[in-house]
Amino acid sequence: MQNRIQRAAKWLISGPPLLYLLIFFAAPSLIMGFAAFRFGGDYGGLMPLTQTDDAGKTTLLINLHNWHDFLTLESFGRFFEDSIYAGLFLKSFWYAGLTTIICIVMAYPLAWLIARSPKKTRDLLVLLVILPFWSNFLIRVYAWMIILGPQSYFSKVLNSVLAVFGVEPVSMLFSQFAVIVGLVYVHLPFMVLPLYANLEKHDMALLDAAQDLGANAWQRFWKVTWPLSLPGIWAGTALVFIPALGMFAIPDLLGGTNSIMVGNLIKQQFLDSRDWPFGSVLSIMLTLAVLLLAAFAAWAGSRGKEKQ
Amino acid sequence: MKKVSKWIWGAATLVYAFLYLPLAIVVAFSFNDSNLNAEWVGFTLDWYKLLFHDDVMIEAATHTLAIGAITCLVSTVLGTLAGYAMYKYRLRLLPVLVLTPIAIPEILMGVSLLIFFVMLNMTLGLVSITLSHIAFCIGFVAIVVRSRLQGMDETLVEAARDLGASPVMAFRRITLPLIMPGIIAGALMAFTLSIDDFVISFFTAGVGSNTLPLEIYSRVKVPIKLNPEVNAVSTLLMLLTLSLILIVSKVAPSALRTND
Repeated sequence: MQNRIQRAAKWLISGPPLLYLLIFFAAPSLIMGFAAFRFGGDYGGLMPLTQTDDAGKTTLLINLHNWHDFLTLESFGRFFEDSIYAGLFLKSFWYAGLTTIICIVMAYPLAWLIARSPKKTRDLLVLLVILPFWSNFLIRVYAWMIILGPQSYFSKVLNSVLAVFGVEPVSMLFSQFAVIVGLVYVHLPFMVLPLYANLEKHDMALLDAAQDLGANAWQRFWKVTWPLSLPGIWAGTALVFIPALGMFAIPDLLGGTNSIMVGNLIKQQFLDSRDWPFGSVLSIMLTLAVLLLAAFAAWAGSRGKEKQ
Repeated sequence: MKKVSKWIWGAATLVYAFLYLPLAIVVAFSFNDSNLNAEWVGFTLDWYKLLFHDDVMIEAATHTLAIGAITCLVSTVLGTLAGYAMYKYRLRLLPVLVLTPIAIPEILMGVSLLIFFVMLNMTLGLVSITLSHIAFCIGFVAIVVRSRLQGMDETLVEAARDLGASPVMAFRRITLPLIMPGIIAGALMAFTLSIDDFVISFFTAGVGSNTLPLEIYSRVKVPIKLNPEVNAVSTLLMLLTLSLILIVSKVAPSALRTND
């Protein structure tokens, strides 16, 4: 009796969120995975698998004998035939990787300062890192459209400096540079927070010991602090690299035609050319890349912890 | 404690400037008497006046707040249940379903929900946006609530049970008040994530169901439609989020602390 009540309670508690996520997350994901093997419809979208007659009766068209008329590997073939797509993935990896490295470089002094501040100021400094993250994502991208725009003070100063050296004026907006700036700006807090959480736990006596043994500032950082902070770096990398890899709004607004990423191509397949099967193939490839990266980051992070 | 060197102070200050200067510029230009976001001309409130007479923007704001409120309500309930279930029971499927939407790039969820709603012959609009928002907010609430539960002293519940409280009573009188700051923090997060969301709304919104981020996007994307009115609405949106955070920090100070 007691057992049955407990089991009922377990289902009452976990059932509603489970059901919701099964319907609105698991099912859509599986349907998208399936869509990658289907043919496109006459007017875009997907070729229907069911037919509704005038009487309103719906019949399933696909069966065990004719399934090969409805399922295909064509879209996967298209992905592997043209090296453009693999190239686009590589470029997205490069953008996300560069973003991650710049975030590490920028986050380190900040995280170090916060971790070494007195307890009271520490909370405030952390809040100051999180606050911009609470403002709307598009506003943050838009801010850079203003700063990098051709008429901004920043552009004018830069171009007048370039003019001194006889260099033609450059346009900073709609370039790869702008995309990277945008990606770094949006993701920086995700690197600072895990890094700070890690640096906070370091034993400062280790650094004193290293100094007593004659290590200079650079050696103390490179031989003591950096290796100890690797779990934090890996956690931050997972939080920056993965969302940056699938980003489409930043290249869309800040980038030019030659700085698009995988996300832009996926958006284009779904909303503009309406080739859903190929869009689904691209999404599956992105998912696979993300899963591999997440597994790698988890593995590298745990390895770092073991070493300690 | 060793003193932090001047170099680190300098570098950290620069990074803080990098974080805040762009937002400060957006705010400043919302008061600028010029329709170009380029040079400071003079102070004006015209853009705010224009904004309050802009029916398209007001409708988009109404949509955003309505979606945000419903998302906040539903995902806080479902997320709290999920967080409690993940803390209390050994489950396999639920943690995966709760955590994956947070870990994968948003665009993947956006396009899969698009296929899903179209397949169900559902008209894309406010309902499909809200259903999608709830799906990605559950995880954030669940994580905050679970970490709050993990920091809770379990013996308090046991003591209440020893004194004769039923499990439901012990939950209501002991557990719930203790995890309330976590639930409030989760609700705040869900509301903010919903009113901020662009990517998932972009794929699950139909024609004529604009939200504020979608409207901002369409104006920023087409420069002819762009003027500092966007700065004004951005400034108001920032004020809204900021005051929400302030209210929560007054009502439940521990809700905003990340590491306790």
